[in-house]
Amino acid sequence: MGENLLKKILKAHTKDEVKVGEIIWLELDIITARDFGGPNVVKNFRKAYPDQKVVDNKRIFFTFDCNAPATTIKYAENQQICRNFAKDQGIKVFDVNRGIGTHVMIEEGLALPGRTMVGTDSHFNILGSVGVFGIGMGDIDIAFAFRYGKIWLEVPESVKITIKGNLKYPATSKDLALYLLKEFSTAKLLGKSIEFFGPVIEKLKLYERITLASMATEMGAVISLIPPDNSVVSYLEERAKKELPTIMPDNDAQYEEEIEIDIGEIEPMIACPYKPDNVVSVKEVEGRPIDSVFIGSCTNGRVEDYKMVAEIVKGKKVASSVMAKVVPATKEVFNQLLKDGTIDILNDAGMIISNPGCGGCAEGQIGMTGTGEVQLSTSNRNFKGKQGKGETYLVSPVIAAISALKGEISLP
Amino acid sequence: MERETIIRGKAWVITDYKGNPIKDIDTDMIYHNKYLGITDINEMGKYTFGNLSNWEDFSLKAKEGDIIVTGEGFGQGSSRQQAVDCFISLGISAIVGESFAPIYLRNAINAGLLIIACPTITSNVITSDILEIDLENGIIKNLSSNKTLSFKKPHEIQMEIYRAGGLLRL
Repeated sequence: MGENLLKKILKAHTKDEVKVGEIIWLELDIITARDFGGPNVVKNFRKAYPDQKVVDNKRIFFTFDCNAPATTIKYAENQQICRNFAKDQGIKVFDVNRGIGTHVMIEEGLALPGRTMVGTDSHFNILGSVGVFGIGMGDIDIAFAFRYGKIWLEVPESVKITIKGNLKYPATSKDLALYLLKEFSTAKLLGKSIEFFGPVIEKLKLYERITLASMATEMGAVISLIPPDNSVVSYLEERAKKELPTIMPDNDAQYEEEIEIDIGEIEPMIACPYKPDNVVSVKEVEGRPIDSVFIGSCTNGRVEDYKMVAEIVKGKKVASSVMAKVVPATKEVFNQLLKDGTIDILNDAGMIISNPGCGGCAEGQIGMTGTGEVQLSTSNRNFKGKQGKGETYLVSPVIAAISALKGEISLP
Repeated sequence: MERETIIRGKAWVITDYKGNPIKDIDTDMIYHNKYLGITDINEMGKYTFGNLSNWEDFSLKAKEGDIIVTGEGFGQGSSRQQAVDCFISLGISAIVGESFAPIYLRNAINAGLLIIACPTITSNVITSDILEIDLENGIIKNLSSNKTLSFKKPHEIQMEIYRAGGLLRL
């Protein structure tokens, strides 16, 4: 029997036998920490390994994205703790102007298929979109990884999910992710590694793969790997400025479980408060008045996401009752939107355009809600109290845009 | 540091107002993001479950050595270590749950907090039951009801981390 993608990646990074349910020591290609978690990584490292050097400062990066630039004194202090440590150790910092860490890793040609990467971001498994085994971790794990360049890992079960059907506008890969959350809820894939296949997956462009992979966390999965196609590989080769070896699962690869889903022609979906798997068809809640819209996050903050929005709002105005907030994922995305006129369109429509970062997802610079406020968000979580005291619904950029114009949950 | 492998304590079953175990308790319910600026572990205990309906006063009720018993998917959400550290801060001796979110499970193991997945736990324990966890043998005895449950024993490396009092002390 052949090997699946997870097994191939893990085998290339450990001396231990890779067997489901057993522990391996996994060598890491890249280790990151952000302004959230990062300061405690530094604190832990200094306490446990006083005066010692990190394992390899070329494999370690800081990325500031949670609160960028800092809006609280605490965050400013925390970022400074990381900057000082980085200076001492010769570690590169992608500072507050650069954007969401995982996206920066892709843009900088650091996240390459077959690599193992970790960071203090629970959506680090977004890197499964480019065939990287990426996982989010707490500050103890990362401090240990800074010192030794490895982590312990219980090899998860692998699940092959084949998606058939037709993903057609106005449905997007966000709707696919929400549909799968509805199907699987949070228990079915808990602690497992997903590998996505099938005609729907093969057609997904990089930005759509990012959206899908980002929501593996909400499904409870360790990672969802999407075998990279030619277009993804050539994008990454251009970024890394080198030819990349192919890493693909074998045709007869073995999985602990195989699931086939026919999505038919799914309609736009929406996750209602306060759980990402509390998903219904948008139709079912159409007409509910909204107060604000947040378009951004690691799930839907790419250039193409905003182009979909621009197409809908061009020449129109956001409803006077709605506050519409735009936070591009990275500086590169922001620059491109600026150059090609997309920002003009969004701005003319009455949207608030922010500098890049995580925005409203964490304790971010834009996008908090007040009591009773109803917000549509293109992000990945709508837990009670997470973005403030209001009620957050999760949707695609298409639904966010059209709803912003109408002032209520709407379909195009 | 040598630690006991038999742990005895009083159970708190984390249930909703109807008495059902709460599913998918997320890290914002355990330790809300507004307190993430706190880096002193002694300060963290009082915010435990501060955003979980009916459990906001948990830190006043919990006693050192108590055991948390939870439903499915405990610890979904962010990678924050504080959602583990707040229990250590209160002196909680173990968390036994039906299942855990993967990052949360790692964070607890790495912090040296005993965390055990036991799918049948909530149907066999009520709050105030006295539990005895036998780590070497993978057994939980409910001393109040005389029931015995089994769980998958931790891997050797996980035991080593536990005995050392955390990954960074290995």
